[in-house]
Amino acid sequence: MSENGKNTDTLIEVKDLSKLYPADSGLFSGGDTFIHAVSGLNFSIKRGESVGLVGESGCGKTTTGKLLTRLIEPTEGSILLNTESGDMDIATMTSKETKDFRRRVQMIFQDPYESMNPRLTIYDTVAEPLDVQGIGNISERQARVSELLQTVGLTPASSFLFRYPHELSGGQRQRVAIARALVIEPDFIVADEPTSMLDVSVRTGVMKLMQDLAERLEVTTLYITHDLAVARYMCDRIAVMYLGKIVEIGETEEVLQNPRHPYTKALLSAVPIPDPTYKREAVDIKGGVSKPINPPARCRFYPRCPWADDYCESHDHPPLEDKSGDIHFTSCYHWEDNLEK
Amino acid sequence: MAETTITGSDLVKPDSLWRIRLRLSWQAFKKNAALFAENPVGLIGFAIILIFMLMAVAHPILINTVWDPVIYDPVTGIDITIPFHPSPPSPTHLLGTDSFGRDVLSQLMFSTASEFALGAVAAIVTVLIATTIGAVAAYYGGIIDTIFMRFADLVVMTPFVTLLIVLSTLFEVGMIELAIIIGLLGGFGSTTIIIKSQALTVKVRTYIEAARIAGGGDARIIFRHIIPNLLPLSFLYMMFTVTSAIFSEAVLSFFGLLNIRMSWGLMIFTTQFSGYLLDFEKWWLIYPASVAITAMCAAFYLVGRGIDEIINPRLRRR
Ligand SMILES: Nc1ncnc2c1ncn2[C@@H]1O[C@H](COP(=O)(O)OP(=O)(O)OP(=O)(O)O)[C@@H](O)[C@H]1O
Ligand SMILES: [Mg+2]
Repeated sequence: MSENGKNTDTLIEVKDLSKLYPADSGLFSGGDTFIHAVSGLNFSIKRGESVGLVGESGCGKTTTGKLLTRLIEPTEGSILLNTESGDMDIATMTSKETKDFRRRVQMIFQDPYESMNPRLTIYDTVAEPLDVQGIGNISERQARVSELLQTVGLTPASSFLFRYPHELSGGQRQRVAIARALVIEPDFIVADEPTSMLDVSVRTGVMKLMQDLAERLEVTTLYITHDLAVARYMCDRIAVMYLGKIVEIGETEEVLQNPRHPYTKALLSAVPIPDPTYKREAVDIKGGVSKPINPPARCRFYPRCPWADDYCESHDHPPLEDKSGDIHFTSCYHWEDNLEK
Repeated sequence: MAETTITGSDLVKPDSLWRIRLRLSWQAFKKNAALFAENPVGLIGFAIILIFMLMAVAHPILINTVWDPVIYDPVTGIDITIPFHPSPPSPTHLLGTDSFGRDVLSQLMFSTASEFALGAVAAIVTVLIATTIGAVAAYYGGIIDTIFMRFADLVVMTPFVTLLIVLSTLFEVGMIELAIIIGLLGGFGSTTIIIKSQALTVKVRTYIEAARIAGGGDARIIFRHIIPNLLPLSFLYMMFTVTSAIFSEAVLSFFGLLNIRMSWGLMIFTTQFSGYLLDFEKWWLIYPASVAITAMCAAFYLVGRGIDEIINPRLRRR
């Protein structure tokens, strides 16, 4: 069992979640090589919590987000979503359950220029979840959409309702996307790098808005980002991913102050610190990130790890364990040996 | 309907939603019309189409006022005051008469309306089928896609004229039947392939995923999110279908395969039938219909090109 086991506070519980993509679909080859985009994820998210998912490009963040929102089907594993009528398994939902599920879980996408149908007005875009679920009549929907546009800072709402996405700036569009995700009052939102495509000047505004709303409306969020500074600002806990695996997870400050996994250490050492007297411990990792195509049964980080030894080579990827007992999980055989480094 | 007040300063009358939508479409139309007007290619095409429309509208008016139907009827009329037919252009017959003594201008104008109808029906049938199948095949992929695309290959490979010869032995092919056949061939054939390839690029856009997150089912995604984004291309192919329909009609009439009272193709057929096809001294028998066919085909093609520049802003000159 991962982390603090099961309790009623848990909104999402992910068990052994994997997603494999066939790496070659040629006519004469294939069938036996797979990209392990996500493999054997175990974590849970508590109600009201904001969890950050950080990692380099291609490590499987978006894939995880899409699995949790059931945009793609997992190859293996289960995702339990706690509801008032017991747990529902997102991995094996029936189509009837899916409709109910769509009221509970929403997503905000990375690219605000791509995530809205250019032929629909802002009103139609934001009201779509209400329309699909048959919530309210037209005037109630208009009232709800106007109210939300105001909440996300698009005021006066009437001047945005019947405009098209291309008439809005990137920041404004991302606010519309936030309104769309909130309109149905979901329990859980997956935000996939919602600010990374935005101009730096509007980034903080959108981040503040998201944090403020998540708190006020008590929405649980999974916040995907590759930027540790953003994760630190937005998240209660962070999970560090490397090639389809979570290698470290814990309270944000704890992980950032006392990183245990060599990969987390390396990520942190890449963040500039505005203090000339600060002497950073050197972590040298080799090479670049590769694709997890049929990875061998050993630590995923082995080829780049400064601590790698024979033990690591002959053993499977280390489990995500909390040996210290302070709710800080690490997936490394040698982190304790290297504490003083 | 109840008056609903919306938060604070925002007052929107709920029942005016459809009116807002109407206004938005009108604005979009005006914007596109302005873009279209910037481009001489499309404008020339549009002007030619307007001239043909005037001709189509003028014919019934003329027949009911100044033109005596006994003389000027495009099919049964004959001018017995002239001893020899075909007669060259004269003040009474501006484009002369054909070998049966019928007024060429009257025939030309009379046929315009049915050419428009032919083009419109063929285009609408083509685009309805092609857009629906293209979107469905692209969205579902797999076996549905394979079936429709292999069938499209088959349709594309079918020799059109040969097929029409076979069909005209089975039943009488008139204007409407021809329009529907052309519509079906386009709809299941080449146009589908083009629209499907466009649908494939729409299908993978993030807003389709966003629609699924919003709870949209297959039908909603296809009809609300994919098809509206295909419509500009569909509209473009409507124009090209009109061109090919009119051209096909001319070819098939020339071979005498169609059962129609009067058309531009039939006028050329009549000329050929009476042995004047290569007689350039009797130019009024061949040029009016040929020029009309060419001009109308070109006009719709040019309008299509004009629309193409609106759809693909990269083609637009700055
Ligand atoms: N539909 C797919 N088919 C095949 N491989 C895929 C597919 N989607 C993702 N992958 C692969 O799975 C891996 C994880 O991709 P994912 O998009 O989840 O990464 P990411 O962490 O979101 O990266 P980024 O920061 O660039 O968005 C990558 O190696 C990617 O190439
Ligand atoms: Mg991503």
